[in-house]
Amino acid sequence: MNTTNKSINPILELTGVGIEFPTPKGPFKALTDVNLKIAKGEMISLIGHSGCGKSTVLNIVAGLLQATEGGAVLEGKEVNEPGPERAVVFQNHSLLPWLTAYENVELAVKTVFDKSKSKAEMKEWIEHNLNLVHMGHAMHKRPDEISGGMKQRVGIARALAMEPKILLMDEPFGALDALTRAHLQDSVMEIQKELGNTIIMITHDVDEAVLLSDRIVMMTNGPSATIGEILKIDLERPRNRIELADDPKYNQYRQQVLSFLYEKQRKVEPLTKSMSSNNSEQKKIA
Amino acid sequence: MTSKIPSLPTRLFTWGGSMTDEVMPIWMQELIKAIMLPVIGIMFFLLIWGTVAQNIDTSLGKFPGPVQALEQFQSLITEHNDERAKEAGFYQRQDERNSARLAEDPSYQIKIRNYTGKPTFIDQIGTSLITVLTGFILASIIAVPLGIMIGLSKNLYAAANPIIQLFKPVSPLAWLPLVTMVVSAVYTSDDPLFAKSFITSVITVLVCSLWPTVINTAVGTASISQDLLNVSKVLRLKPMTHIFKVVIPSSIPMVFTGLRLSLGIAWMVLIAAEMLAQNPGLGKFVWDEFQNGSSNSLGRIMVAVLVIGLIGFLLDRIMLMLQRMFSWDKQAVLR
Repeated sequence: MNTTNKSINPILELTGVGIEFPTPKGPFKALTDVNLKIAKGEMISLIGHSGCGKSTVLNIVAGLLQATEGGAVLEGKEVNEPGPERAVVFQNHSLLPWLTAYENVELAVKTVFDKSKSKAEMKEWIEHNLNLVHMGHAMHKRPDEISGGMKQRVGIARALAMEPKILLMDEPFGALDALTRAHLQDSVMEIQKELGNTIIMITHDVDEAVLLSDRIVMMTNGPSATIGEILKIDLERPRNRIELADDPKYNQYRQQVLSFLYEKQRKVEPLTKSMSSNNSEQKKIA
Repeated sequence: MTSKIPSLPTRLFTWGGSMTDEVMPIWMQELIKAIMLPVIGIMFFLLIWGTVAQNIDTSLGKFPGPVQALEQFQSLITEHNDERAKEAGFYQRQDERNSARLAEDPSYQIKIRNYTGKPTFIDQIGTSLITVLTGFILASIIAVPLGIMIGLSKNLYAAANPIIQLFKPVSPLAWLPLVTMVVSAVYTSDDPLFAKSFITSVITVLVCSLWPTVINTAVGTASISQDLLNVSKVLRLKPMTHIFKVVIPSSIPMVFTGLRLSLGIAWMVLIAAEMLAQNPGLGKFVWDEFQNGSSNSLGRIMVAVLVIGLIGFLLDRIMLMLQRMFSWDKQAVLR
């Protein structure tokens, strides 16, 4: 399964990860036997239907959930609690609404670089990160004064400012309109090229997955979800969405993901049921 | 539309629409809504009050209408001014006497006596306000941290909830005898900084106005969004940073809701406590007038009722202003 690995020395290793949630009707097994090795500087997408446990995988890596079987190892250390070296970009930005963009990033920077940076260095670092996501002009605005895309940019700046070893993005652009999403995808590609971050991103969007990822991890449907297939995306970087639209390789990758999602792992549940399973997944994550 | 076809009457086209749009500018309509409607409401109330009052006969004469109440209000102000003039006169005479005796005999020890006139209506308002604010501020100092602690821990919440629910509905009148006895027993000093009656009122207010703030703060603290808690976890914020940077700001709107409820209760409780325990203040004023039983008493009590209501309203508005100042959620509808 992991033959497509980029390097021999992975930064993050998931071995036999499984998780069970206690419910009144007995334990519910959400994930089973998830094995994944991620190399430094790699960009991984997790894709799958709602309720398949993508977010659960991410939360285990983040340390927000504890795996009941197996575990995640980051640079030789087992993950059992959340920490800034595994920064998370949340789906709904999760900025503190009473702080400005600058102050939101500042809270993270002050906690992470408490001793290692002077006040002036911190200020410079905060401004640098906000400029990186093109938010320099609205640094001192509060979340309710800026648009959804801008909030998500600040969320990314906050995560980047922690200098994480691995950046976890939980459907970061899911709540945005298509144009804003494209802008932010470009920003993420640009930043990743510059900083070489290791990124795990959850997405529902096939185009987004193919455009951004080095590998796409496709998950089977729950319960007892696991990794179905891993698709290596061998496209030249920098990638351009307009040029790629005509690229036969790109379209082939796209077709492969679609075929996994809609033929091999087709959801046959009625609409209402899939909605309720979606809700229950959200509750578990919460 | 009118400028294009000036020969046709506009009424034809706006038939069924709002005529006021044509006749009046928007700001004037807003002004009418903001001022005229409340004024109409008040006029209507005064009319009903006046009519009903004329038909109620009590042993102290007819129930006072708006006119009698206004007369009594004026007389209360006059009494206050007279009392102040008497007081000033008293001190002036005392000073003159003292300086005269000092001129006669340089070794004379000056004696200054305090004026001992009876407190006027205005003085009683002052006493009541000081008492209610003291009780309310003390209650808040206890209630907000307590609420935050309870809200942070589900176990503590489960433990504290029955006690809160038990004491929340207790009337101040039930507490008062206990508080009075305890204060008499415990607060003994030859030169007390505060009068016993003041302490009794403050504690009664405190005990009764604690609960809404505790409950609302606890609920506000417990209902922080899970996303923000996750942010705090990922950042590994220290417990104190977590409380001050995440928990408190996030629960501020609920804390203020609690504080406003508490202040309202504190004001109601105070009047009852003053009345029953003969603590100085507006409640005592009402009780004294009731006992006095002159033909003016009912009018004076009516004035007190309106003033109590007005002060309660103003206190609530002040809290609302503070809430607007401190709350980050400027879009929340506050009323």
